[in-house]
Amino acid sequence: MSVDAQTVRRIAHLARIAVSEADVAPLQGELNAILAFVEQLGTVDVANVEPMTSVTPMAMKKRRDVVTDGGRAEEVVANAPETEDHFFLVPKVVE
Amino acid sequence: MNAPVNPKKLIKGGLHDWEVVIGMEIHAQVTSRSKLFSGASTAFGAEPNDNVSLVDAAMPGMLPVINEECVAQAVRTGLGLKAKINLRSVFDRKNYFYPDLPQGYQISQYKDPIVGEGEVLVDLSDGESITVGIERLHLEQDAGKSLHDQNPTQSFVDLNRSGVALMEIVSRPDLRSSEEARAYVTKLRTILRYLGTCDGDMEKGSLRADVNVSVRKPGNPLGTRCEIKNVNSIRFIGQAIETEARRQIAIIEDGGTIDQETRLFDPGKGETRSMRSKEEAHDYRYFPDPDLLPLEFDQAYVDGLAEGLPELPDAKKARFVSEFGLSAYDAGVLVAERASADYYEAVARGRDGKAAANWVINELFGRLNKEGKGIEETPVSADQLGQIVDLIGEGVISGKIAKDLFEIVWTEGGSPREVVAARGMKQVTDAGAIEAAVDEIIARNPDKVVQAREKPTLLGWFVGQTMKATGGKANPAAVNALLKAKLGIE
Repeated sequence: MSVDAQTVRRIAHLARIAVSEADVAPLQGELNAILAFVEQLGTVDVANVEPMTSVTPMAMKKRRDVVTDGGRAEEVVANAPETEDHFFLVPKVVE
Repeated sequence: MNAPVNPKKLIKGGLHDWEVVIGMEIHAQVTSRSKLFSGASTAFGAEPNDNVSLVDAAMPGMLPVINEECVAQAVRTGLGLKAKINLRSVFDRKNYFYPDLPQGYQISQYKDPIVGEGEVLVDLSDGESITVGIERLHLEQDAGKSLHDQNPTQSFVDLNRSGVALMEIVSRPDLRSSEEARAYVTKLRTILRYLGTCDGDMEKGSLRADVNVSVRKPGNPLGTRCEIKNVNSIRFIGQAIETEARRQIAIIEDGGTIDQETRLFDPGKGETRSMRSKEEAHDYRYFPDPDLLPLEFDQAYVDGLAEGLPELPDAKKARFVSEFGLSAYDAGVLVAERASADYYEAVARGRDGKAAANWVINELFGRLNKEGKGIEETPVSADQLGQIVDLIGEGVISGKIAKDLFEIVWTEGGSPREVVAARGMKQVTDAGAIEAAVDEIIARNPDKVVQAREKPTLLGWFVGQTMKATGGKANPAAVNALLKAKLGIE
Protein backbone atom coordinates (compact mmCIF):
# COMPACT_ATOMS: atom_id res chain seq x y z
CA MET A 1 0.00 0.00 0.00
CA SER A 2 1.28 3.44 -0.85
CA VAL A 3 -0.15 6.93 -0.95
CA ASP A 4 0.02 9.48 -3.75
CA ALA A 5 0.42 13.25 -3.42
CA GLN A 6 -3.35 13.79 -3.64
CA THR A 7 -3.98 11.43 -0.71
CA VAL A 8 -1.37 13.27 1.36
CA ARG A 9 -3.19 16.58 0.77
CA ARG A 10 -6.52 14.97 1.61
CA ILE A 11 -5.32 13.40 4.86
CA ALA A 12 -3.77 16.69 5.89
CA HIS A 13 -7.01 18.50 5.21
CA LEU A 14 -9.12 15.93 7.11
CA ALA A 15 -6.74 16.34 10.08
CA ARG A 16 -6.88 20.13 9.69
CA ILE A 17 -3.11 20.34 9.33
CA ALA A 18 -1.76 23.03 6.98
CA VAL A 19 0.74 21.40 4.60
CA SER A 20 2.53 23.55 2.07
CA GLU A 21 2.98 22.29 -1.49
CA ALA A 22 6.72 21.97 -0.89
CA ASP A 23 6.12 19.61 2.04
CA VAL A 24 3.85 17.22 0.14
CA ALA A 25 6.56 15.20 -1.60
CA PRO A 26 8.74 14.65 1.53
CA LEU A 27 5.62 13.73 3.58
CA GLN A 28 4.56 11.29 0.89
CA GLY A 29 7.94 9.58 1.17
CA GLU A 30 7.75 9.45 4.97
CA LEU A 31 4.21 8.10 5.01
CA ASN A 32 5.07 5.42 2.48
CA ALA A 33 8.09 4.41 4.53
CA ILE A 34 5.86 4.04 7.62
CA LEU A 35 3.26 2.06 5.68
CA ALA A 36 5.93 -0.25 4.28
CA PHE A 37 7.24 -0.82 7.81
CA VAL A 38 3.74 -1.65 9.12
CA GLU A 39 3.08 -3.89 6.14
CA GLN A 40 5.65 -6.34 7.43
CA LEU A 41 2.93 -7.42 9.87
CA GLY A 42 1.10 -8.81 6.87
CA THR A 43 3.63 -11.63 6.61
CA VAL A 44 2.48 -13.11 9.95
CA ASP A 45 -0.20 -15.79 9.67
CA VAL A 46 -3.04 -14.77 12.05
CA ALA A 47 -5.75 -16.92 10.49
CA ASN A 48 -6.58 -18.67 13.78
CA VAL A 49 -5.73 -15.91 16.21
CA GLU A 50 -8.50 -13.96 17.93
CA PRO A 51 -8.08 -10.17 17.91
CA MET A 52 -6.63 -9.03 21.23
CA THR A 53 -8.67 -6.33 22.93
CA SER A 54 -6.74 -6.05 26.15
CA VAL A 55 -3.45 -7.24 27.58
CA THR A 56 -5.06 -9.06 30.48
CA PRO A 57 -8.46 -10.66 29.94
CA MET A 58 -10.94 -8.36 31.65
CA ALA A 59 -14.50 -7.09 31.30
CA MET A 60 -15.25 -3.45 30.61
CA LYS A 61 -15.67 -1.45 33.81
CA LYS A 62 -19.12 0.11 34.19
CA ARG A 63 -20.39 3.09 36.13
CA ARG A 64 -23.66 3.36 38.06
CA ASP A 65 -26.18 5.90 36.75
CA VAL A 66 -25.59 8.65 39.31
CA VAL A 67 -24.54 12.26 38.88
CA THR A 68 -21.06 12.62 40.35
CA ASP A 69 -19.66 15.49 38.30
CA GLY A 70 -20.50 18.91 36.84
CA GLY A 71 -21.03 22.34 38.37
CA ARG A 72 -17.54 23.37 37.35
CA ALA A 73 -18.17 25.58 34.31
CA GLU A 74 -15.44 28.00 35.43
CA GLU A 75 -12.85 25.22 35.28
CA VAL A 76 -14.24 23.79 32.02
CA VAL A 77 -13.76 27.05 30.12
CA ALA A 78 -10.57 28.09 31.97
CA ASN A 79 -8.23 27.28 29.07
CA ALA A 80 -10.41 28.75 26.34
CA PRO A 81 -8.93 31.72 24.44
CA GLU A 82 -12.28 33.51 24.65
CA THR A 83 -15.39 32.98 26.78
CA GLU A 84 -18.56 34.79 27.75
CA ASP A 85 -21.02 33.75 30.49
CA HIS A 86 -19.23 30.38 30.60
CA PHE A 87 -19.79 29.77 26.88
CA PHE A 88 -16.80 28.93 24.68
CA LEU A 89 -16.48 31.55 21.95
CA VAL A 90 -15.28 30.41 18.53
CA PRO A 91 -15.11 32.01 15.08
CA LYS A 92 -18.58 31.91 13.57
CA VAL A 93 -19.53 28.56 12.09
CA VAL A 94 -22.94 28.45 10.51
CA GLU A 95 -24.66 26.35 7.86
CA MET B 1 -38.22 -3.39 0.31
CA ASN B 2 -39.97 -4.61 -2.80
CA ALA B 3 -43.48 -4.72 -1.43
CA PRO B 4 -46.21 -4.31 -4.05
CA VAL B 5 -46.58 -0.72 -5.17
CA ASN B 6 -49.66 1.01 -3.81
CA PRO B 7 -50.86 3.38 -6.56
CA LYS B 8 -52.44 5.71 -3.97
CA LYS B 9 -49.01 6.44 -2.51
CA LEU B 10 -47.39 7.51 -5.78
CA ILE B 11 -46.54 11.13 -6.47
CA LYS B 12 -47.72 12.58 -9.77
CA GLY B 13 -44.93 14.04 -11.83
CA GLY B 14 -45.21 16.01 -15.06
CA LEU B 15 -44.44 12.91 -17.13
CA HIS B 16 -45.54 9.96 -15.02
CA ASP B 17 -46.00 8.71 -11.47
CA TRP B 18 -43.11 8.36 -9.03
CA GLU B 19 -42.59 6.19 -6.00
CA VAL B 20 -40.80 7.79 -3.07
CA VAL B 21 -38.56 5.55 -0.95
CA ILE B 22 -37.73 6.64 2.60
CA GLY B 23 -35.45 5.28 5.29
CA MET B 24 -34.82 6.98 8.62
CA GLU B 25 -32.17 7.33 11.25
CA ILE B 26 -33.77 8.37 14.51
CA HIS B 27 -31.58 9.80 17.25
CA ALA B 28 -33.30 9.14 20.56
CA GLN B 29 -31.85 10.55 23.77
CA VAL B 30 -31.51 7.77 26.33
CA THR B 31 -33.34 8.45 29.59
CA SER B 32 -30.62 8.38 32.23
CA ARG B 33 -29.45 10.60 35.07
CA SER B 34 -25.84 10.87 33.97
CA LYS B 35 -24.06 10.80 30.62
CA LEU B 36 -22.92 7.80 28.57
CA PHE B 37 -19.28 7.96 29.63
CA SER B 38 -19.16 10.53 32.45
CA GLY B 39 -20.84 11.38 35.76
CA ALA B 40 -22.21 14.76 34.61
CA SER B 41 -25.98 15.32 34.67
CA THR B 42 -28.20 15.01 31.59
CA ALA B 43 -30.80 17.47 32.95
CA PHE B 44 -32.21 19.87 30.34
CA GLY B 45 -31.93 23.63 30.69
CA ALA B 46 -28.87 23.99 32.95
CA GLU B 47 -26.60 27.06 32.87
CA PRO B 48 -23.96 27.00 30.07
CA ASN B 49 -21.32 24.30 30.59
CA ASP B 50 -22.63 23.48 34.06
CA ASN B 51 -23.43 19.83 33.25
CA VAL B 52 -19.95 19.19 31.91
CA SER B 53 -17.23 16.97 33.32
CA LEU B 54 -13.65 17.11 32.16
CA VAL B 55 -14.37 13.93 30.16
CA ASP B 56 -17.14 15.72 28.21
CA ALA B 57 -14.85 18.68 27.57
CA ALA B 58 -12.20 16.22 26.25
CA MET B 59 -9.46 17.40 28.56
CA PRO B 60 -6.21 15.47 28.01
CA GLY B 61 -5.88 12.28 30.02
CA MET B 62 -9.59 11.85 30.72
CA LEU B 63 -10.96 8.35 30.14
CA PRO B 64 -14.55 7.32 29.36
CA VAL B 65 -16.31 4.84 31.70
CA ILE B 66 -19.62 3.51 30.43
CA ASN B 67 -22.92 4.09 32.28
CA GLU B 68 -24.49 0.66 32.91
CA GLU B 69 -28.03 2.09 32.82
CA CYS B 70 -27.53 3.41 29.27
CA VAL B 71 -26.55 -0.11 28.21
CA ALA B 72 -29.68 -1.53 29.89
CA GLN B 73 -31.85 1.10 28.18
CA ALA B 74 -30.44 0.21 24.75
CA VAL B 75 -31.12 -3.48 25.39
CA ARG B 76 -34.68 -2.75 26.57
CA THR B 77 -35.28 -0.71 23.43
CA GLY B 78 -33.89 -3.52 21.29
CA LEU B 79 -36.27 -5.96 22.96
CA GLY B 80 -39.17 -3.55 22.38
CA LEU B 81 -38.28 -3.49 18.68
CA LYS B 82 -38.27 -7.34 18.63
CA ALA B 83 -34.63 -7.08 17.64
CA LYS B 84 -31.58 -9.26 17.93
CA ILE B 85 -29.48 -8.26 20.95
CA ASN B 86 -25.76 -8.58 20.36
CA LEU B 87 -24.01 -9.96 23.44
CA ARG B 88 -20.78 -8.39 22.24
CA SER B 89 -20.55 -4.95 20.68
CA VAL B 90 -17.72 -2.51 20.04
CA PHE B 91 -17.31 1.25 20.40
CA ASP B 92 -15.58 3.10 17.58
CA ARG B 93 -14.37 6.62 17.03
CA LYS B 94 -16.12 8.55 14.27
CA ASN B 95 -13.71 11.35 13.37
CA TYR B 96 -14.75 14.83 12.31
CA PHE B 97 -14.12 18.40 13.34
CA TYR B 98 -16.74 20.76 14.66
CA PRO B 99 -16.51 23.31 17.49
CA ASP B 100 -19.17 21.54 19.58
CA LEU B 101 -17.27 18.22 19.39
CA PRO B 102 -14.25 18.83 21.62
CA GLN B 103 -12.87 15.27 21.30
CA GLY B 104 -12.53 15.64 17.55
CA TYR B 105 -14.43 12.35 17.31
CA GLN B 106 -17.74 10.95 18.44
CA ILE B 107 -17.71 7.66 20.34
CA SER B 108 -20.22 5.55 18.43
CA GLN B 109 -20.67 1.95 17.29
CA TYR B 110 -19.92 1.08 13.70
CA LYS B 111 -19.42 -2.53 12.66
CA ASP B 112 -20.69 -4.18 15.84
CA PRO B 113 -23.75 -2.37 17.24
CA ILE B 114 -25.45 -3.43 20.49
CA VAL B 115 -28.74 -4.21 18.71
CA GLY B 116 -29.25 -5.83 15.31
CA GLU B 117 -32.31 -6.41 13.12
CA GLY B 118 -35.83 -5.88 14.38
CA GLU B 119 -39.19 -4.52 13.25
CA VAL B 120 -41.95 -2.06 14.05
CA LEU B 121 -45.62 -2.56 13.23
CA VAL B 122 -47.11 0.74 12.04
CA ASP B 123 -50.85 1.44 11.78
CA LEU B 124 -51.94 3.87 9.06
CA SER B 125 -54.99 6.12 9.00
CA ASP B 126 -56.79 4.01 6.39
CA GLY B 127 -56.77 1.03 8.77
CA GLU B 128 -53.91 -0.69 6.92
CA SER B 129 -50.71 -1.52 8.71
CA ILE B 130 -47.14 -1.96 7.51
CA THR B 131 -44.08 -3.59 9.03
CA VAL B 132 -40.99 -1.43 8.98
CA GLY B 133 -37.67 -3.23 9.24
CA ILE B 134 -35.09 -2.03 11.75
CA GLU B 135 -31.55 -2.49 10.53
CA ARG B 136 -29.75 -1.74 13.80
CA LEU B 137 -29.62 0.33 16.95
CA HIS B 138 -26.36 1.62 18.38
CA LEU B 139 -25.23 3.73 21.30
CA GLU B 140 -23.32 6.95 20.75
CA GLN B 141 -22.50 10.31 22.31
CA ASP B 142 -24.43 13.47 21.56
CA ALA B 143 -22.44 16.58 20.61
CA GLY B 144 -22.61 19.99 22.31
CA LYS B 145 -24.71 22.87 21.11
CA SER B 146 -23.62 25.92 19.10
CA LEU B 147 -25.52 29.19 19.20
CA HIS B 148 -24.97 31.34 16.13
CA ASP B 149 -27.23 34.29 16.82
CA GLN B 150 -25.58 35.81 19.89
CA ASN B 151 -22.82 37.68 18.12
CA PRO B 152 -22.11 38.76 14.48
CA THR B 153 -18.67 37.17 14.23
CA GLN B 154 -18.61 34.40 16.81
CA SER B 155 -20.49 31.23 17.73
CA PHE B 156 -21.18 30.34 21.35
CA VAL B 157 -20.56 26.74 22.39
CA ASP B 158 -22.28 24.98 25.30
CA LEU B 159 -21.19 21.41 26.05
CA ASN B 160 -24.04 20.46 28.39
CA ARG B 161 -25.38 18.00 25.83
CA SER B 162 -21.92 16.76 24.93
CA GLY B 163 -21.63 13.10 25.93
CA VAL B 164 -25.33 12.50 26.63
CA ALA B 165 -26.25 8.99 25.45
CA LEU B 166 -28.15 8.65 22.20
CA MET B 167 -29.62 5.61 20.55
CA GLU B 168 -29.42 5.80 16.78
CA ILE B 169 -32.20 3.65 15.39
CA VAL B 170 -31.77 2.93 11.69
CA SER B 171 -34.76 1.74 9.65
CA ARG B 172 -34.68 -0.10 6.35
CA PRO B 173 -35.87 1.89 3.32
CA ASP B 174 -39.35 0.42 3.84
CA LEU B 175 -41.40 3.63 3.89
CA ARG B 176 -43.27 4.78 0.77
CA SER B 177 -44.94 8.08 1.67
CA SER B 178 -44.65 11.00 4.04
CA GLU B 179 -47.70 9.65 5.88
CA GLU B 180 -45.98 6.31 6.46
CA ALA B 181 -42.87 8.12 7.67
CA ARG B 182 -44.84 10.21 10.14
CA ALA B 183 -46.76 7.16 11.38
CA TYR B 184 -43.49 5.27 11.82
CA VAL B 185 -41.89 8.00 13.95
CA THR B 186 -45.09 8.35 15.97
CA LYS B 187 -45.17 4.61 16.68
CA LEU B 188 -41.48 4.46 17.50
CA ARG B 189 -41.94 7.36 19.91
CA THR B 190 -44.86 5.56 21.58
CA ILE B 191 -42.76 2.40 22.03
CA LEU B 192 -39.84 4.38 23.49
CA ARG B 193 -42.13 6.18 25.92
CA TYR B 194 -43.76 2.91 27.04
CA LEU B 195 -40.32 1.43 27.62
CA GLY B 196 -39.21 4.55 29.48
CA THR B 197 -35.98 4.56 27.48
CA CYS B 198 -36.51 7.98 25.82
CA ASP B 199 -39.00 10.68 26.78
CA GLY B 200 -39.68 11.46 23.10
CA ASP B 201 -39.80 15.20 23.76
CA MET B 202 -39.10 16.58 20.30
CA GLU B 203 -39.21 20.20 21.43
CA LYS B 204 -36.27 19.56 23.71
CA GLY B 205 -34.45 17.63 21.01
CA SER B 206 -34.85 14.23 22.67
CA LEU B 207 -35.93 12.75 19.34
CA ARG B 208 -34.47 13.92 16.02
CA ALA B 209 -34.59 12.35 12.59
CA ASP B 210 -32.27 12.13 9.62
CA VAL B 211 -34.46 11.27 6.65
CA ASN B 212 -33.13 9.51 3.53
CA VAL B 213 -35.27 10.22 0.49
CA SER B 214 -35.05 8.93 -3.08
CA VAL B 215 -37.54 8.57 -5.91
CA ARG B 216 -37.93 5.99 -8.68
CA LYS B 217 -40.35 4.84 -11.31
CA PRO B 218 -42.41 2.06 -9.72
CA GLY B 219 -40.59 -1.26 -10.08
CA ASN B 220 -37.22 0.31 -10.91
CA PRO B 221 -34.07 -0.07 -8.77
CA LEU B 222 -33.56 2.47 -5.98
CA GLY B 223 -32.73 6.02 -7.07
CA THR B 224 -29.91 8.16 -5.67
CA ARG B 225 -30.80 9.34 -2.18
CA CYS B 226 -30.35 12.57 -0.31
CA GLU B 227 -30.13 12.73 3.45
CA ILE B 228 -32.09 15.48 5.18
CA LYS B 229 -30.39 16.13 8.51
CA ASN B 230 -31.83 16.82 11.92
CA VAL B 231 -35.55 17.23 11.33
CA ASN B 232 -37.05 17.89 14.75
CA SER B 233 -40.83 17.49 14.54
CA ILE B 234 -43.15 14.88 13.07
CA ARG B 235 -44.94 17.52 11.00
CA PHE B 236 -41.65 18.79 9.55
CA ILE B 237 -40.62 15.22 8.70
CA GLY B 238 -43.71 14.97 6.50
CA GLN B 239 -43.11 18.37 4.91
CA ALA B 240 -39.41 17.71 4.32
CA ILE B 241 -40.17 14.45 2.50
CA GLU B 242 -42.84 16.01 0.28
CA THR B 243 -40.57 18.94 -0.58
CA GLU B 244 -37.50 16.81 -1.24
CA ALA B 245 -39.35 14.20 -3.33
CA ARG B 246 -40.81 16.92 -5.56
CA ARG B 247 -37.40 18.59 -5.94
CA GLN B 248 -35.86 15.30 -7.07
CA ILE B 249 -38.73 14.51 -9.47
CA ALA B 250 -38.43 17.96 -11.08
CA ILE B 251 -34.68 17.49 -11.63
CA ILE B 252 -35.03 13.99 -13.12
CA GLU B 253 -37.95 14.96 -15.36
CA ASP B 254 -35.87 17.87 -16.67
CA GLY B 255 -33.21 15.36 -17.70
CA GLY B 256 -30.91 15.94 -14.73
CA THR B 257 -29.46 13.54 -12.17
CA ILE B 258 -29.56 13.59 -8.37
CA ASP B 259 -26.30 14.16 -6.48
CA GLN B 260 -26.02 12.11 -3.32
CA GLU B 261 -25.66 14.77 -0.64
CA THR B 262 -26.67 15.97 2.78
CA ARG B 263 -29.42 18.58 2.87
CA LEU B 264 -31.15 20.75 5.43
CA PHE B 265 -34.90 21.38 5.59
CA ASP B 266 -35.95 25.00 6.11
CA PRO B 267 -39.56 24.93 7.33
CA GLY B 268 -39.88 28.72 7.00
CA LYS B 269 -39.03 28.71 3.30
CA GLY B 270 -40.50 25.26 2.64
CA GLU B 271 -37.35 24.05 0.86
CA THR B 272 -34.37 21.78 1.36
CA ARG B 273 -30.88 23.05 0.62
CA SER B 274 -27.46 21.50 0.29
CA MET B 275 -25.12 21.45 3.30
CA ARG B 276 -21.93 21.69 1.29
CA SER B 277 -19.67 21.67 4.34
CA LYS B 278 -20.76 18.11 5.13
CA GLU B 279 -19.60 16.75 1.78
CA GLU B 280 -16.06 15.73 2.59
CA ALA B 281 -16.90 14.93 6.20
CA HIS B 282 -18.29 11.60 5.01
CA ASP B 283 -14.78 10.22 5.43
CA TYR B 284 -15.15 9.50 9.13
CA ARG B 285 -12.15 7.14 9.40
CA TYR B 286 -13.83 4.91 11.98
CA PHE B 287 -11.61 2.79 14.15
CA PRO B 288 -12.18 0.89 17.44
CA ASP B 289 -11.84 3.23 20.42
CA PRO B 290 -8.68 2.14 22.23
CA ASP B 291 -10.03 3.64 25.49
CA LEU B 292 -12.91 1.18 25.65
CA LEU B 293 -13.05 -2.60 25.84
CA PRO B 294 -15.74 -4.43 23.89
CA LEU B 295 -19.15 -4.27 25.60
CA GLU B 296 -20.08 -7.79 26.65
CA PHE B 297 -22.93 -9.33 28.67
CA ASP B 298 -24.66 -12.70 28.80
CA GLN B 299 -28.12 -13.90 27.78
CA ALA B 300 -29.21 -14.07 31.44
CA TYR B 301 -28.69 -10.29 31.67
CA VAL B 302 -30.87 -9.79 28.58
CA ASP B 303 -33.54 -12.17 29.92
CA GLY B 304 -33.62 -10.27 33.21
CA LEU B 305 -34.27 -7.01 31.39
CA ALA B 306 -36.92 -8.70 29.22
CA GLU B 307 -38.79 -9.79 32.35
CA GLY B 308 -38.97 -6.21 33.56
CA LEU B 309 -40.47 -4.81 30.35
CA PRO B 310 -43.96 -3.31 30.54
CA GLU B 311 -46.82 -4.44 28.30
CA LEU B 312 -46.10 -2.76 24.95
CA PRO B 313 -48.64 -0.88 22.80
CA ASP B 314 -49.29 -3.67 20.25
CA ALA B 315 -50.01 -6.22 23.00
CA LYS B 316 -52.09 -3.74 24.98
CA LYS B 317 -54.14 -2.84 21.92
CA ALA B 318 -54.85 -6.50 21.15
CA ARG B 319 -55.87 -7.06 24.78
CA PHE B 320 -58.19 -4.01 24.79
CA VAL B 321 -59.89 -5.39 21.68
CA SER B 322 -60.36 -8.90 23.11
CA GLU B 323 -60.96 -8.02 26.77
CA PHE B 324 -63.13 -4.92 26.43
CA GLY B 325 -64.64 -5.50 22.99
CA LEU B 326 -63.23 -2.25 21.57
CA SER B 327 -62.77 -1.51 17.87
CA ALA B 328 -59.14 -1.63 16.69
CA TYR B 329 -59.34 2.10 16.06
CA ASP B 330 -60.52 3.03 19.56
CA ALA B 331 -58.00 0.66 21.13
CA GLY B 332 -55.28 2.32 19.02
CA VAL B 333 -56.29 5.78 20.24
CA LEU B 334 -56.26 4.65 23.88
CA VAL B 335 -52.85 2.93 23.78
CA ALA B 336 -51.03 5.78 21.99
CA GLU B 337 -49.91 7.04 25.40
CA ARG B 338 -49.29 4.75 28.32
CA ALA B 339 -50.90 7.23 30.72
CA SER B 340 -54.10 7.31 28.60
CA ALA B 341 -54.21 3.52 28.48
CA ASP B 342 -53.76 3.30 32.27
CA TYR B 343 -56.50 5.88 32.80
CA TYR B 344 -58.86 4.01 30.49
CA GLU B 345 -58.22 0.71 32.23
CA ALA B 346 -59.00 2.26 35.60
CA VAL B 347 -62.34 3.53 34.24
CA ALA B 348 -63.17 0.29 32.38
CA ARG B 349 -62.33 -2.15 35.18
CA GLY B 350 -65.57 -3.84 36.27
CA ARG B 351 -67.65 -1.70 33.89
CA ASP B 352 -68.87 -1.71 30.30
CA GLY B 353 -65.60 -1.33 28.35
CA LYS B 354 -67.20 0.26 25.31
CA ALA B 355 -69.11 2.85 27.33
CA ALA B 356 -65.92 3.64 29.22
CA ALA B 357 -64.01 4.03 25.93
CA ASN B 358 -66.64 6.40 24.55
CA TRP B 359 -66.44 8.60 27.62
CA VAL B 360 -62.66 8.62 27.74
CA ILE B 361 -62.16 9.24 24.01
CA ASN B 362 -65.07 11.56 23.19
CA GLU B 363 -65.70 13.52 26.35
CA LEU B 364 -62.43 13.46 28.27
CA PHE B 365 -59.92 13.58 25.38
CA GLY B 366 -62.14 16.07 23.56
CA ARG B 367 -62.20 18.36 26.57
CA LEU B 368 -58.46 17.93 27.28
CA ASN B 369 -57.64 18.78 23.66
CA LYS B 370 -59.80 21.86 23.79
CA GLU B 371 -57.87 23.14 26.79
CA GLY B 372 -54.50 21.99 25.46
CA LYS B 373 -54.00 19.71 28.46
CA GLY B 374 -52.39 16.28 28.68
CA ILE B 375 -53.95 13.29 30.40
CA GLU B 376 -51.70 13.90 33.42
CA GLU B 377 -53.46 17.23 34.02
CA THR B 378 -57.03 15.98 33.88
CA PRO B 379 -59.22 17.48 36.60
CA VAL B 380 -61.61 14.51 36.31
CA SER B 381 -60.04 11.41 37.82
CA ALA B 382 -60.59 7.90 36.50
CA ASP B 383 -62.61 7.17 39.63
CA GLN B 384 -64.89 10.18 39.04
CA LEU B 385 -65.42 9.32 35.37
CA GLY B 386 -66.10 5.72 36.38
CA GLN B 387 -68.86 6.90 38.73
CA ILE B 388 -70.43 8.90 35.89
CA VAL B 389 -70.43 5.79 33.69
CA ASP B 390 -71.97 3.83 36.60
CA LEU B 391 -74.74 6.42 37.08
CA ILE B 392 -75.71 6.10 33.40
CA GLY B 393 -75.51 2.32 33.53
CA GLU B 394 -77.78 2.21 36.59
CA GLY B 395 -80.30 4.45 34.84
CA VAL B 396 -79.90 7.15 37.50
CA ILE B 397 -79.04 9.84 34.92
CA SER B 398 -79.54 10.12 31.18
CA GLY B 399 -76.63 10.41 28.75
CA LYS B 400 -77.52 14.04 28.21
CA ILE B 401 -77.50 14.89 31.92
CA ALA B 402 -74.27 12.94 32.21
CA LYS B 403 -72.59 15.49 29.97
CA ASP B 404 -73.74 18.31 32.24
CA LEU B 405 -72.53 16.30 35.23
CA PHE B 406 -69.14 15.79 33.55
CA GLU B 407 -68.91 19.55 33.07
CA ILE B 408 -69.67 20.21 36.74
CA VAL B 409 -67.12 17.64 37.92
CA TRP B 410 -64.57 19.10 35.48
CA THR B 411 -64.93 22.66 36.75
CA GLU B 412 -65.96 22.18 40.39
CA GLY B 413 -64.83 18.66 41.27
CA GLY B 414 -66.68 16.52 43.80
CA SER B 415 -68.19 13.08 43.89
CA PRO B 416 -70.47 12.63 40.86
CA ARG B 417 -72.96 10.60 42.91
CA GLU B 418 -73.24 13.36 45.51
CA VAL B 419 -73.52 16.08 42.85
CA VAL B 420 -76.45 14.23 41.26
CA ALA B 421 -78.19 13.90 44.62
CA ALA B 422 -77.51 17.48 45.74
CA ARG B 423 -78.63 19.12 42.49
CA GLY B 424 -81.63 16.94 41.72
CA MET B 425 -80.20 15.64 38.46
CA LYS B 426 -81.74 12.21 38.89
CA GLN B 427 -83.50 10.91 35.85
CA VAL B 428 -87.28 10.75 36.19
CA THR B 429 -88.27 7.13 35.63
CA ASP B 430 -91.54 7.54 37.50
CA ALA B 431 -94.05 6.68 34.78
CA GLY B 432 -96.77 8.85 36.37
CA ALA B 433 -94.70 12.02 36.25
CA ILE B 434 -93.62 11.44 32.67
CA GLU B 435 -97.15 10.63 31.62
CA ALA B 436 -98.47 13.86 33.11
CA ALA B 437 -95.92 15.83 31.10
CA VAL B 438 -96.70 13.91 27.92
CA ASP B 439 -100.45 14.38 28.37
CA GLU B 440 -100.07 18.10 28.82
CA ILE B 441 -98.01 18.51 25.66
CA ILE B 442 -100.44 16.45 23.61
CA ALA B 443 -103.37 18.47 24.95
CA ARG B 444 -101.71 21.79 24.08
CA ASN B 445 -100.75 20.79 20.51
CA PRO B 446 -103.70 19.11 18.82
CA ASP B 447 -102.52 20.22 15.32
CA LYS B 448 -99.10 18.60 15.82
CA VAL B 449 -100.79 15.42 17.01
CA VAL B 450 -102.66 15.15 13.72
CA GLN B 451 -99.50 15.85 11.73
CA ALA B 452 -97.51 13.30 13.69
CA ARG B 453 -99.95 10.55 12.74
CA GLU B 454 -99.25 11.38 9.06
CA LYS B 455 -95.55 11.93 9.54
CA PRO B 456 -94.08 9.79 12.34
CA THR B 457 -90.72 11.59 12.27
CA LEU B 458 -92.49 14.38 14.15
CA LEU B 459 -92.21 12.13 17.19
CA GLY B 460 -88.79 13.71 17.76
CA TRP B 461 -90.43 17.08 18.36
CA PHE B 462 -92.68 15.60 21.07
CA VAL B 463 -89.71 13.87 22.70
CA GLY B 464 -87.85 17.19 22.71
CA GLN B 465 -90.80 19.01 24.30
CA THR B 466 -91.19 16.37 26.97
CA MET B 467 -87.48 16.46 27.82
CA LYS B 468 -87.69 20.23 28.03
CA ALA B 469 -90.74 20.08 30.31
CA THR B 470 -88.97 17.64 32.64
CA GLY B 471 -85.71 19.60 32.68
CA GLY B 472 -83.96 16.88 30.67
CA LYS B 473 -84.37 14.42 33.48
CA ALA B 474 -86.98 12.12 31.94
CA ASN B 475 -85.73 8.74 30.84
CA PRO B 476 -85.64 9.09 27.01
CA ALA B 477 -86.55 5.45 26.41
CA ALA B 478 -89.63 5.73 28.63
CA VAL B 479 -90.68 9.00 26.95
CA ASN B 480 -90.36 7.44 23.51
CA ALA B 481 -92.42 4.40 24.39
CA LEU B 482 -95.14 6.44 26.06
CA LEU B 483 -95.43 8.93 23.18
CA LYS B 484 -95.62 6.18 20.59
CA ALA B 485 -98.46 4.56 22.51
CA LYS B 486 -100.39 7.80 23.04
CA LEU B 487 -99.97 9.08 19.48
CA GLY B 488 -100.62 5.70 17.95
CA ILE B 489 -97.37 5.68 16.01
CA GLU B 490 -95.55 2.45 15.29
